[in-house]
Amino acid sequence: MKVLVPVKRVVDYNVKIRVKSDGSGVELANVKMSMNPFDEIAVEEAIRLKEAGKAEEIIVVSVGPQQAQETLRTALAMGADRAILIKVEEAAEPLTVAKLLKGVVDAEQPGLVILGKQAIDDDANQTGQMLSALLGWSQGTFASKLEIEGENAKVTREVDGGLQVITVKLPAIITTDLRLNQPRYASLPNIMKAKKKPLDEKSAADLGVEVKQRLTVLKTEEPGGRKAGVKVKDVAELVSSLKSAGVL
Amino acid sequence: MAILLIAEHDNASLSDQTAKALTAATQIGSDVDVLVAGKGAQGVADAAAKLQGVRKVLLAEGDDLEQRLAEPLAALVVSLADTYDTIVAPATSTGKNVLPRVAALLDVMQISEIIEVVSADTFKRPIYAGNAIQTVQSTDQKKVITVRTASFTAAEEGGSASVENASAAANPGLSTFVENRLSESDRPELTSAKIIISGGRALGSSEKFEEVILPVADKLGAAIGASRAAVDAGYAPNDWQVGQTGKVVAPELYIACGISGAIQHLAGMKDSKVIVAINKDEEAPIFQVADYGLVGDLFTILPELEKAL
Repeated sequence: MKVLVPVKRVVDYNVKIRVKSDGSGVELANVKMSMNPFDEIAVEEAIRLKEAGKAEEIIVVSVGPQQAQETLRTALAMGADRAILIKVEEAAEPLTVAKLLKGVVDAEQPGLVILGKQAIDDDANQTGQMLSALLGWSQGTFASKLEIEGENAKVTREVDGGLQVITVKLPAIITTDLRLNQPRYASLPNIMKAKKKPLDEKSAADLGVEVKQRLTVLKTEEPGGRKAGVKVKDVAELVSSLKSAGVL
Repeated sequence: MAILLIAEHDNASLSDQTAKALTAATQIGSDVDVLVAGKGAQGVADAAAKLQGVRKVLLAEGDDLEQRLAEPLAALVVSLADTYDTIVAPATSTGKNVLPRVAALLDVMQISEIIEVVSADTFKRPIYAGNAIQTVQSTDQKKVITVRTASFTAAEEGGSASVENASAAANPGLSTFVENRLSESDRPELTSAKIIISGGRALGSSEKFEEVILPVADKLGAAIGASRAAVDAGYAPNDWQVGQTGKVVAPELYIACGISGAIQHLAGMKDSKVIVAINKDEEAPIFQVADYGLVGDLFTILPELEKAL
């Protein structure tokens, strides 16, 4: 079975982002970029499947600018076998990304696509479910455990009330939650080896998809701030403050 | 301008997240129908019919809908979509699972987790864990929207809409429910609680977490939350996690104990009315958003607090 893992290049999760003063967006120039953390978990899960003999080949794919190559190289250094860059200069919306990924799935015929449940830039949480819909496949989202059992996958999902276990028919879409695994770091020898692994480039046109924005971003602004309040000296003062604030 | 709102429920009772999402829906347009998909959910449909602003309730029942798995529920929503301009769901784990599937089947770009309705096609939504707010306008014919319920007040009762039966769509049969492992608790739900007390990594173990957090929670009738660090360390179950990728809450009172205040955590609770931070590190970022800060050892402060209540 082939496993396809889409990865996104995003602002590193440790970076405190800045909103541009003219409201046109978030400052991305000279900001550290990394692989979306949920996608790292997806890459790790695919590698573990391969190590367990459940998968033969791991293909990573990214939709983005030329620099998304670096993100793909990171995934190759972790242990993916080959990479595909779908070069798109402007930010592509999840629906467009899902259509592009469908093109890759049609060509590569993986048995499983593992995606991060959301990207930490747009926080949309859509691409996996959308790809699943376009392919007519099953979906196991927000996975905290994945077990391949013959023609099916058993997925333990993080849901609002706790955990839900479902089985999905393969081929399937899996999206990862935080506690699925702890991604590995790439070792230096593997980083060197990754430079020689194949990386193909494609365009949206190659996949027959028109990149079009359905949503127009009118404005990006800072959230309403909260001011630091007062420090109280002890529990008694805290309780009396809360009583006078009317919340106790 | 008809709107279909997908109800959040567990077949037995209607979640108040539905009433909150209803408030967002009625700000978009006036003709709001509520879809209750489930099994043995007549009581849920009756409860939804009592919410003010509901035009009618559609009740679709069947074995395939009992757990509201993505594929059969999306097929049902798509089968009903023709007569609606907008499809709305609360951004619960069900809403987040199902609605993007609906959107793709309708060739619509979903607008996720709106926090404000600007007009029928324009919405505000947080990006970058709430560190920026985007105003987006949809150019799609149909709109598919999830609602961050912490940003809307619940619609009141007092309506008397009719309940009609809707037939379930054919189940694509792609997935099977095995079991739910839900936390059993008499405490209020995180997303609807008036008071939440949350613990972080400083608690040190699940035993300590229970020993110091639970008695205060019981005294206050509070729901219990946790930071990602505490959940990752196994001190608290995943469904307690508050933050960017956990639950987003806005109670009257939020008490953060031993939580440093990573931006991912703040994203989940900074809309609370009053925030209390208890932390031994007076430089902890949590104090920058707290109305009342108490610097000290939570293992002595929390038992004192429990006695003082």
